[in-house]
Amino acid sequence: MIGNILLLSMREIRRNVLRSILTTLGIVIGVAAVIVVVTLGAGTKAQVQTEISKLGSTMLTVFPGQRRMRGAAQSAPPFEIDDVYALRRETVMLSSVAPMSIQRQMVVYGNGNRRSQVVGTDREFVNVRNWGLAAGRLFSAAEEQTGKSVCIIGQTVKTELFKDDPYLGNVLRIGKASCEVIGLLEPKGQVMFSGDQDDVVVVPIKYFQRRIAGNTNVDQIYVSALDDSLVEAAQAEVEVIMRERRPSQPGADELFSVRGVQEMSTAFQSSTTVMTGFLTAIAAISLLVGGIGIMNIMLVSVTERTREIGIRMAIGAREKEVLLQFLVEAAMLAGFGGLVGIVIGLGGAMALAPLLNVPFILQPDMMIMAFIFSALVGVVFGYMPARSAARLDPIDALRHE
Amino acid sequence: MAEKDLATETYDGPVVSFEHVAKVYGDGEMAVRALDDVSFDIDPGEFVAVMGSSGSGKSTTMNILGCLDTPTRGRYLFKGVDVKTLTRDQRALLRRHYLGFVFQGFNLLSRTTALENLELPLIYRRISKADRRELAMQALHAVGLENREHHTAAELSGGQQQRVAIARAMVTSPSLLLADEPTGNLDTARSQEIMELLAQLNSEDGLTIVLVTHEEEMAAFARRRLEFRDGNIVHESRSEAA
Repeated sequence: MIGNILLLSMREIRRNVLRSILTTLGIVIGVAAVIVVVTLGAGTKAQVQTEISKLGSTMLTVFPGQRRMRGAAQSAPPFEIDDVYALRRETVMLSSVAPMSIQRQMVVYGNGNRRSQVVGTDREFVNVRNWGLAAGRLFSAAEEQTGKSVCIIGQTVKTELFKDDPYLGNVLRIGKASCEVIGLLEPKGQVMFSGDQDDVVVVPIKYFQRRIAGNTNVDQIYVSALDDSLVEAAQAEVEVIMRERRPSQPGADELFSVRGVQEMSTAFQSSTTVMTGFLTAIAAISLLVGGIGIMNIMLVSVTERTREIGIRMAIGAREKEVLLQFLVEAAMLAGFGGLVGIVIGLGGAMALAPLLNVPFILQPDMMIMAFIFSALVGVVFGYMPARSAARLDPIDALRHE
Repeated sequence: MAEKDLATETYDGPVVSFEHVAKVYGDGEMAVRALDDVSFDIDPGEFVAVMGSSGSGKSTTMNILGCLDTPTRGRYLFKGVDVKTLTRDQRALLRRHYLGFVFQGFNLLSRTTALENLELPLIYRRISKADRRELAMQALHAVGLENREHHTAAELSGGQQQRVAIARAMVTSPSLLLADEPTGNLDTARSQEIMELLAQLNSEDGLTIVLVTHEEEMAAFARRRLEFRDGNIVHESRSEAA
């Protein structure tokens, strides 16, 4: 029987192409909105993952003392360079370890100046951050040991200060000190929650301690695990060594902490989830409105088709066959609207993705869900009109003008 | 339930019988007595004209004959089955398998081809696609419209539309064909053709036909005549048709 009902419904939809298209418009728009939102949402998430891997997904940061969200006093003593050497010496899960001392400083070249991030570290920096050189060279071992006044600059510093001047071999002033530019880092780009990565000047840690910070501290230590899967093991290894080197009173906070890049982005991830949920709710409302649109037009169409229903009943259609036909019509219309909406939504997402600078990622399961849901909307909202059609009295229906 | 079990194929009594049928619409002071006390039988192969002015009860008779309505009192037997004992769905099945309707207003599905209109009762009967096509083409041939199968109702003249409607009513080989003022919307020449077609279906194929009309010339095609007035049969006559 269902095959016949499908045939009858299909003929009915074909009989009224324009009305069918208008009926289903609400669903088309609703589904298209859902698909755009979900696809772009997935793109944004993937984008964040990419940002994380730009920072280095295997990277861990070791801080002295506990890092609290709101500036609790840091009573723990700072790291020294020996801590870096100890980590290099005693770990097996780490591919590289680099000291990191960071300050914002005024950097000056010629008439130009800007406040840039000045980083004191050593050669391992490029390995930890997975960051290559675009030109020049790294610090030599001798330069690191003596704290020679040499520096490697980021792309932003180069374009903003040196402009078209040759930069290699030129002298850059950092605060009251100065250094010779020996290298240029590759562009790293914006990272969503860390600002411009390329606005940076890298100097040997010893030079940083003596000429900029005026101490022998190492603010943080960056370490990199050998592999994505070893991050946790590497963290445990670092913790064992640091616990030994910086014993704390029993019951008190430990005098160091280790954090992954992953954790830093958790907050951002959850905010995108909230945003996606919010937009999805709006899309769901538009689907609901689309469903009501279908119900509205189906109700009108029952009145308009009263005579046709009378003919069908006179010919021998049973109540449930009339009911089923109207239900199937509504479901087919809504399902078809869902398909069109999916296509339009994908087109829209494909067009918007480059504008929002996020990758276009197909969401097949969401597409299937949107389709099933729209057909379901058709059944739910088609039920009332279908029932009123099925309950018509054939005599009255045949007399209807 | 096998759909056809409603009325047995081996039954050989009258196709339909009215036994003291009365029909009252509404109740109390507003009650309208459409049929008072009507009894008649119609045998297989008959061609009966039901005549009367408007309000005489002929439309009510038609609705009861077509199992679209049931009597208030008395019994209406369709092939020996008391229709009043049937459910709404069972009456629909009875129409599907044993009845054909021809209306004054043709009542074809608009924007639907002649062929698809003819297929409609066959689809409800769940006849396979190939058989459906063949039966529909045969019926179109019988009414002389074999070249019009892909025309929609709007592309056919009134006479042609009524022919399609007749083809639709007879495509299922019904036990009874009910024609309600089939020539009411047609000019004299077209009316004549339609009546000739019905008479031919009756005499050649043995199709049992009940024709409702108020026109003398149309009733003349029938071989038996029931005249209604105020809910009763006031005159009955038989003749050999022209």
